[in-house]
Amino acid sequence: MHATSILSTWAGLLPAQHEAAGAAAQVAGAVDGPAIAALAPLLPLLSFVLCGLCAAFKVRSKLPAWITVACLAASFAAVVATTLDLREAGAGSVMVTPLFDWINYSWGTEAGQHFRANFAFHIDSLTCLWMLFVTGLATLIALYASEYMSHDVGMGYCRFFAAFSLFVFSMACLVMGDNLVLLYLGWEGVGLCSYLLIGYFYKKPSAVAAAKKAFIVNRIGDLFLALGIMLCWVHFGSVEYREIFARVGPSLELLREGKVDQIPGIVQLIPLLLMVGAFGKSAQLPLYVWLPDAMEGPTPVSALIHAATMVTAGVYLIARTYPLFLLSEYALPIVGWVGALTALLAATIGMAQFDIKRIMAYSTVSQLGYMFCGLAVLGSVGAAAHVFTHAFFKAMLFLSCGAVMHGFAGQLDLRKLSGVAFMKGWGVVGIAMFVGCLNLAGFPVITAGYWSKDMILGDAFATPGMQAIGWILLLTAGLTAYYTFRVFFRVFVGPKHFEPGDELHAHDDHGHGHDDGHGGHGHAAGHAPSHADFHPHAPGWAINLVLGILAIAAFAAIVPLMTGGDNGPWLASMVDGSSAKYLGVAASQAAHAAGHGDGHAHATFFGYDAHKAMMVVSGVVGFIGILIAYLLHYAGRTTAARSKADSLLPAFGPLATAAQHKWYVDEIYDLLIVKPLWVISNIFALIDKYVVDGLVDFLGWAPRAIGRSLRPSQGGELHGYAIGMAGGIAVLVLIVLLVTF
Amino acid sequence: MTHGTLSLLAQTGFPASMAQATLAHYVVVSLLMFVIGLIGFLTRRNLIIMFLCTELMFQAAGIALVAFGRFHLDYTGQTFVIFVLTVAAAEASMALALIVLLFRRKESLSAEDWQELKG
Repeated sequence: MHATSILSTWAGLLPAQHEAAGAAAQVAGAVDGPAIAALAPLLPLLSFVLCGLCAAFKVRSKLPAWITVACLAASFAAVVATTLDLREAGAGSVMVTPLFDWINYSWGTEAGQHFRANFAFHIDSLTCLWMLFVTGLATLIALYASEYMSHDVGMGYCRFFAAFSLFVFSMACLVMGDNLVLLYLGWEGVGLCSYLLIGYFYKKPSAVAAAKKAFIVNRIGDLFLALGIMLCWVHFGSVEYREIFARVGPSLELLREGKVDQIPGIVQLIPLLLMVGAFGKSAQLPLYVWLPDAMEGPTPVSALIHAATMVTAGVYLIARTYPLFLLSEYALPIVGWVGALTALLAATIGMAQFDIKRIMAYSTVSQLGYMFCGLAVLGSVGAAAHVFTHAFFKAMLFLSCGAVMHGFAGQLDLRKLSGVAFMKGWGVVGIAMFVGCLNLAGFPVITAGYWSKDMILGDAFATPGMQAIGWILLLTAGLTAYYTFRVFFRVFVGPKHFEPGDELHAHDDHGHGHDDGHGGHGHAAGHAPSHADFHPHAPGWAINLVLGILAIAAFAAIVPLMTGGDNGPWLASMVDGSSAKYLGVAASQAAHAAGHGDGHAHATFFGYDAHKAMMVVSGVVGFIGILIAYLLHYAGRTTAARSKADSLLPAFGPLATAAQHKWYVDEIYDLLIVKPLWVISNIFALIDKYVVDGLVDFLGWAPRAIGRSLRPSQGGELHGYAIGMAGGIAVLVLIVLLVTF
Repeated sequence: MTHGTLSLLAQTGFPASMAQATLAHYVVVSLLMFVIGLIGFLTRRNLIIMFLCTELMFQAAGIALVAFGRFHLDYTGQTFVIFVLTVAAAEASMALALIVLLFRRKESLSAEDWQELKG
């Protein structure tokens, strides 16, 4: 029902036909891109190889970290150069930098008998936008990790940075690939690196389980993504973006004429399949369960892969193939509702958790829901803007939590830490956390997170039929502000108190090998009684530097969001210059413009302009959330463990417990999916063991049994042999006689 | 003179003329010898006796060969037997030597003591 209203809303407002044709021609006739663009993915690959060599030669220094930082910084520089080149080429231009022929196969001379998926890079403004924050953040986080991972120097250090570099290479392939097959390669590559890095502490059973969970849940989404790509090939005869976008014309024509029913079903199916892939990678319902568990990985990994970059791949996929999504009646509304429900669900879970890293993980899931909603309400600029700002402030939040975890021996429980920001040497962390929390909570006017969230909320209320999503998101914004500042008020301010975690090995004398983990010498047990001896280990220069840069960057993200040239704000022009605009944003902008005219296309917020109203309303909602957190978790709190919120819990009854148990989603999945699969696989295991193996075993058993039955005849008794021979001769003679006579 | 005597005796019908010995007589003798040898081989436990029994079976086969060779007016049978005798003589010397060695090991000639020689 919403679907029809959206489609009819903007279908009537599509750009005129010649304009669309012009856009298609422009997209198809891409110019050769700068060669330097190829360095963006190749330098991380080089870093991967070098770190691998470091591991092979057992390097026992921080060399792999410096290699990675240098290569990633160079890669970032290459992206900046590419962006400048693209800017010179003019708004909306598309460049292609071919690297080599990867899959280029013909089985005939006619049109369509050709499959091409080359290692070529599609460079438009969307690619550059994504690559800028991917490589930029990767550089900073690698620098942070050089210190964070320092207690693993000479052990997992090379492995960590090798996987880290490989991740950036895969992400670059995903974002820069000029066809869906290369995207898929990158998609699987980032999944692999995510698996490797979540399972980095492979001696910890929970880390191994989390890595497997992430990998398996992602496989489900990836299957649908692969199917979507195959359907693209079947219908459009190509997997290259330029070709696909050039060939959506007939369907667009039908849409423009309002004949939505006549668009081929296969075209409508493609976005539905791609969408499930995006839900898997970007941790949306029903496939979000892997992301909170993925926090078992080292914190820099959580910050880069599971907050800033990889999880936005789903948003990128939809933004990149936006024209296809516009063609389906159901795709965008489904994306919107999934996003909104995920945002709300994850926020409610986040409110009730005590592990600060997990709270941040649920917050990531929730914010990703926002981004999907942004795409669904035809506001791809808002979605991309939120990806951009979220990348900075969420990475910073994770890195701040990581610094706390690093300094307090793995302690993440917000009931056991308090007043951290006022301890000696923790100022930068406190400030970074405060800035990150302000952004995530959407503190009015001064934070970038507020503006990007506002764009999505405004678009949601401005799009007819999407107001319900808008209300859900508005509620979620309040919840977000509350749980964010719950962490801040509990952990970073208030009375000073701490209890160290159980990972005391970081404070052992550093000559001691840690290979035995918690075994052998029982570090934890040995130190546990003497918590009084524990000294938090304040972050060093690398962590402080990175947090400082990010704190500035999180604020500075306003600049591209709010300022720019003739084509509107810089970030909006970046999105509008790519396939994400192609028609969608044009339509939504046209809808806004025309909304004042006919009053049909442009919904309002109680009679006010939705965007302007949201600036006030979402600001107030965010403020209320912060205020509640202040009253419940800061005002009058004297101990780390308890706050006023505890006395309110009984009022919520079972709701509070259920939220604390993550709404029992894991348990439900376990009951509905894991257990039945377990039973089925056990049945198959029995069939395998007794039927298949039985058959094979029988083949081996039969000759043995025959041999065993014949063995007594070879007992070594000479007379036995002789009787046998004589008897045999007698039988032969008898036969001869019988035959002759 | 001797020749004269013998021919004289022959003319007088001495020795008394017997029925002509046919192939069947030879074969029956051969068969009997073979069966005697076989029975001996199967029933006795003494290695030397058993060996002698095999010799008996050998010679039974030799008689049959010579008889058939004569029957077909062909010397091949006899030639063959000469070879067989030669080989049998060599083999007999070896077999007896082995039996002596075996006897020295176990102070016994029983074939049952050597079951462990099974393959």
